[in-house]
Order: sequence, then C-alpha cells, then structure tokens
Amino acid sequence: MLSRIAESLFWIGRYVERADDTARILDAFLARLLEDPWSDEDAACRSLLAILGVVATEERRLTAGDALDRLAFDATDPSSITGAVAAARENARGARETISSEMWECLNVTWHALSSRRRAAERLGPALFLNFVRERAAVLAGLAESTMSRDEGWRFLVLGRSLERADMTARLLSVQLLTSGGPGDWRTVLRACGADESFLRTHGGTLNPTRIVEFLTLDRLFPRSALHALTTAEQCLRELAPGTERAGVRDAARRPIGQARTRLEYADQTHLLDELPVHLRALQQACAACSAAVSARYFKHAAPVAWAREGGG
Amino acid sequence: MADIFDSYTMARAWDEMFAAPGQPRPPYLSLFATLQPLSGNDLRFRADQLARVFTDRGVTFAYAGEERPFPLDLIPRIIDAAEWDTVTRAVRQRVTALELFLADVYGRGAVLDDGVVPRRLVTTSAHFHRSAFGINPANGVRVHISGVDLVRDEAGAFRVLEDNLRIPSGVSYVIENRRVMTQTLPTLFADARVSPVDDYPARLLAALRAAAPEGVADPCVVVLTPGVYNAAYFEHALLARLMGVELVEGRDLVCAGNRVRMRTTHGEQPVHVVYRRVDDDFLDPLHFRPDSVIGCPGIVNAARAGNVALANAVGNGVADDKLLYTYVPELIRYYLHEPPVIPNVETYRLDDDEVRHDVLDRLDTLVLKPVDGAGGKGIVIGPQADESTLDSLRAAVVADPRGWIAQRPVALSTSPTLIDDRVAPRHIDLRPFAINDGDEIWLLPGGLTRVALPEGALVVNSSQGGGSKDTWVLAAEPAASPTPLRGATGPVEVIPHDVAPADTGTGALEGQQ
Repeated sequence: MLSRIAESLFWIGRYVERADDTARILDAFLARLLEDPWSDEDAACRSLLAILGVVATEERRLTAGDALDRLAFDATDPSSITGAVAAARENARGARETISSEMWECLNVTWHALSSRRRAAERLGPALFLNFVRERAAVLAGLAESTMSRDEGWRFLVLGRSLERADMTARLLSVQLLTSGGPGDWRTVLRACGADESFLRTHGGTLNPTRIVEFLTLDRLFPRSALHALTTAEQCLRELAPGTERAGVRDAARRPIGQARTRLEYADQTHLLDELPVHLRALQQACAACSAAVSARYFKHAAPVAWAREGGG
Repeated sequence: MADIFDSYTMARAWDEMFAAPGQPRPPYLSLFATLQPLSGNDLRFRADQLARVFTDRGVTFAYAGEERPFPLDLIPRIIDAAEWDTVTRAVRQRVTALELFLADVYGRGAVLDDGVVPRRLVTTSAHFHRSAFGINPANGVRVHISGVDLVRDEAGAFRVLEDNLRIPSGVSYVIENRRVMTQTLPTLFADARVSPVDDYPARLLAALRAAAPEGVADPCVVVLTPGVYNAAYFEHALLARLMGVELVEGRDLVCAGNRVRMRTTHGEQPVHVVYRRVDDDFLDPLHFRPDSVIGCPGIVNAARAGNVALANAVGNGVADDKLLYTYVPELIRYYLHEPPVIPNVETYRLDDDEVRHDVLDRLDTLVLKPVDGAGGKGIVIGPQADESTLDSLRAAVVADPRGWIAQRPVALSTSPTLIDDRVAPRHIDLRPFAINDGDEIWLLPGGLTRVALPEGALVVNSSQGGGSKDTWVLAAEPAASPTPLRGATGPVEVIPHDVAPADTGTGALEGQQ
C-alpha cells in the first residue's frame, strides 16, 4: 500500500483515539469539579491542561470554560478535540479511496456537526459535546471493525490507536501521581479511562490506589490498559514486518514497544506504585520512539521531521 | 423581562426556598440568582432534557405497567450544614434505638417485660416473625440500610413521618439525580459547595462486608432482586454495578447444608452476605409464603446457622410498623436515656376505645394510615376525602382498630417546582438514607426529596404521581479542608502530543469548506 495512505490511516487511528480519550478525561474531571465541593478549579484546570499536553501561560485563575476552550473547542490545535477530529478528517479525505465510504462519512459528519454541538454545549453544558464525541469515536471504531479488510491499512489504523491509547494512559497517571489523591480523585481517573465499571466488576467497590494503577497499566483483559494497548501495537508491528531473525528484533519500531511491554508485564506488583513514575516515563518514551521509527520506516516520503518533542527531557 | 419567580404564589405551608414572596432564604440565594434570569420556556426545555436523559439511561420506574422516567424537578432542594447536622443526629438516634429494640424483641424481650411496648402490639404485627428468633447477626446489625422519612411542618420544624427498616428504596434516584443534574445544569453548581453523594456504594459495600459471618476474610456479597419486573429493578442493578457485586435472582442461588451458593460457570460459589431486595414474605418459601418463586428455599436456616448474613435482617418490619412508630419516642428514652432529637407527628392509637371514638367523630380532620402499608397505599386524608370514602374508612377502622393509626394532617413544606412552564409550590418530604456498619451510622448527605406533583397533593410516593428533587446538603466549612485542595505538589512537566507532520504548519487545516 502507498506510504501516504498508510500514514493517513495511522494518524486517523491516533487522532480519533485522542479525541475520544480527551473527551473522557474532560468529562470525568469536569464532573468531579462540580461534584466535589472542595475542588480548586484553577489547580484542577492546570492539571488537566498538563495531562493533555497544553502549556498554560495565563497568569489569571483558570476556569472550566478556559479548559474547554483549549482542550475541546480549539480548531487550530490537534491536541484539542475539535483539532484532532479536523486532523483525522483531513487525513481521511486524503485516503478516501482506501477507507470505506462509511468511515469517511462518519468522520465527515462528525466534523461538520462539531460547531452546532459546541453551541448546544455552551448553552446546556459540556456533557452534550463530550458525549457526542465519544459516541462518534465508537461509531468509527465499529465501522472500521466491520468494513475494513484485515490488511496493512487496518494494522496501521489499530497501531495508531494503540500507541495513542498507551500514551494517554501514561499522561493521565503521571499527573494523578503529582496531585493529591483522595478516593474521589481515583474514581475520576477510572472514569477518565472508561474503566470505572470494568474495574468495579473485577476488583469490587473498594478503591485501592495500587489496584487501580495495576488495572490501568498491567491488566491483560481490559482494552484500555497500557499493557493491552502495547500488546496490540506489538502484534500489529509483528504482522506488518514478520521477524525472521534468529536472535533479537531488528525492527526499530517494535523494539521499544516490546521492551516497554515486557518491563510492565514482568514488573514486581508490590513495588508498582513506587516505581510508577519510571514506568510511565519509559512508556511515553517508547510510544514516541515507536511512532518515530514507524514514520521513518514506512512513511519515508514524508516531511523530514516527522515528530517533535518540546520541553521533554 | 418577567422573571420566573414573579408569578410564584406561596401556598399555606412552610416554603423551603422563600421566607416571603421575592425573599429567598439564605441557603438559596445563589441558586435564586442563577435561576431568576431564565424564562419559563428555557426551564421547560432543560426539564425536557432531564427527562430524556433519564429515559436514555433507563432511570425509570414501573407505573401502571409501563416504564416511565422518574420525574426529576430541576429546582434543587437545599439544606444547610447546621440543619443537616440535626437530621444526622436524629436519624442516628432513631436507628440506634430501633436496633436495640429489634435485638430486644428477638431476644430477651426486656422492653416487653418492662411494659414500654405492649406485648400484644408486637405479636400482632404482620411483620413479627418467629423464625427471626435465634438469628444473631455476626456484627449485631439488623438495620444495615434504613430510610427515615422526615417532613417539615407549618412552623418549619422537621418531624419524623415514618421509619423504613425493611428495604427502603430510592437511593438510586439520589445518585442518578445528581449525576444528571451536574451534566445537564452545570451552571447551578458553579457557586454552591454541595456535598457529593457518590460515596454511597462504597459505604454500602463496606457495611455489607462488615456484616459477613465470622471467620470469613473475603466475603462474597450479592444483591438479591425479585427480577426485572420489580418496580425497583433499576435500583438493584445500579447498586450491584456500583459495588461491583453480582445481582442474583432466587433461581441463581442454591441452599444445601445450611450454606448458600450461587450457580456460576465455574460451579457453585459460596455466598456470604445477601443484600436482599425481596420482602420477608417472599424470601424463603420454607418459612414464609410457600408459593413464592422469587425466594431461595433454606436461606433463613442458613442465616440462623450463621453461614450467611441477610441485610436487612428478617423481621425488621416489627419496628417500622406504624403503630410501633407511636412508641419510638418512648423507646429512645428507654434505651438511650435522652429525648428525641426530632419529634414524631402527633399520632393517635386506635386500640384505645376512648381515642378511637374521638377519632371516628372527626375523621374528616385527620389522616388515617394502615399500619403495614407501603408506597402511600390506603392512606386517607380526611379533609380531602368524600363522604363515602369516610364511611367505608369508618367501617374498616371499627373492624380492625389494630390496623390503623390517625395523624394530625401536616401541611408538608412546599418547594418551588416547575409545572408546565411556570414555577408553583408543591409539597415535599425527605428520606435520608443511613448505613450502619456496626461501628458507625453514616448518612448519605442529601437523601431523596420526593415531591407531590398534583396541586395540593400531600402523598409524595412515586406510585401516586410523585417526582423527586436533587437534594443539596451544603458542605460545612471545614477547619482544614478534608481533602487537600487538588493542586500539583511539584511542577508538572508538560509533554506535547505527537502530531502528524502535515499538521505542524497552521496553514494545513485551511480551505476545508
């Protein structure tokens, strides 16, 4: 398949997942802000912005409205929901002949509906906008699932989605670690990963931070855990380039993912909470390294700088 | 612009929101300021949205055989911290006394020997079960979950209307109301410090686990429901889901050797605590109604053998019998040596000949209630009843004086409620929910405010056309904020998202029309 098309599918996967996850995170944090009488709006909004990779330069106190403007409605920034949906649609437009027309239509309709949803949300509360985004992301996932051949294109789409998902979970947890964490905050983290009900069914109603971290990073069965996302990404990479080496893994994209996956999978659970910052950092670096390697190997014709990191160490 | 409260005419009752026309009480000031600029149409639109969200989420109850969204009024009811403290103390006191009473009645019987409560009253109660003798809860708790119904009288003072110690329902609406309100009307919450209600499932689970039989380290808790056709099935499912436990029906359970197990794909698994939402009468065909198909034969014997804990315990109904209710103030004094924090509504016992004659003479000025009725069924409100109703009531009372109590009609307090696109006063009550884990009786801050939607109506039950309101307990200013303010303890490193190469220039997104 054409490199350009593969690249588009990879980024559709990433952007749609980003919109979906951002909507979940915003929904959970904003609900907490309303439900907890002692929350500090400014601090909570700064945490939110930090999780989602946006630098808050404002000196004044931030409100939920500011957070929404930056993270949900900003059409120029692909870190916001609107920006991510626009970018996903733009990628889909360039690959219309490859993706099913149902998928294209889904993205196109979503993008066109965002502005009216935004107006409704400004009158009636952000839940309207955020629920819509989550629903549309689910529709796209369902359409891809049922209309795409399981060929290379499918693998790039799923690879992009999985990398983004692992990265988002790492982001969420690393900010949670830095901020105070009462039981309500942990519940919010679970909700932000769409994991609240699944967690309750697995571990019962007692919110133990170690269990929650374990669930979101190490769980083998929950589809939004970091380990599950990494395993899926690794699987996609292996299918894209089946290894024939007798020893080692030559694929520069698969190596960081495999290393991160193994480190998590075989981590000592009794020290998980202490070692978590190290794990999360490694996880984010692995995702970035993999993304870069995938670009270098499969999307060669693209612009020379395929990814950029600022402010990171 | 006409504001929404301009046309609000206060009823002849204590109004929760207004001290006088146009003068909101202090806890309501910020709510008043938020709502005032809205038009009736605007409110109506939001109210329709609330109803739609409820239908979508399946927050419904069975009314006349069909599923209806539980009507939620969008104007919340607010209780300030000081008043909530009184409610908390009153409910704790009442539940403590009634726990002692139950332990006594199903044990030594000292309260009967001392003549505080006539033995006849207990033995003639429909909910007094001899089979409950000898079931000794491991942590001594029989009333794990209770709902004490409160009303506010004409002078604004709270009074206890009744106790619910069997299977009080409605807590799911408290949880869902708050969730839907914060989603649909976030602006209302902006300046208010409202105590959260989402701790309830965790508290309930902790109390149920604490009730487990001795020696069980990791108890298996289940919720037992009569099934999907039960009016409160939604609540059973919600609680099971939020606690992360199985929701079972009678047919999923099997009793053998005085142990309860549930049928699973991995064989029969032991069950240690059953939060049962099945009435005593239907719980165990071996002891109660033999024709019950929703119960679990043998479960009462398993409880007696100490192998399974039932929450709430069997036979609690003897303590929420409406005739026993008239003795609760005396029980509080007898067991706790203190006066009741919140008094009862003035009530007349009809087994006394003189009282009964007096009551029968002025039936049209009193409220009569069947002692074991639930859901507002069978209640006759004298001043609103016609002659033939009163005649048949008179005959019923004469035939079975033990079956009825008479109360002074209390003009329940009113709260502004959206009716069509106007705001009008409607009568409300309050059901706080209390959880007893054996160490502490914890109250869910808020509880269920039920509202009687027909004009002038005094019966708030959902089966009689009642709705509900989100109930806000304003959080007291803590000396030191209990959960430290959410704020980063160190600088948070911001890592920007990866973006596709084409997106790094801002021009890439132009021209998408």
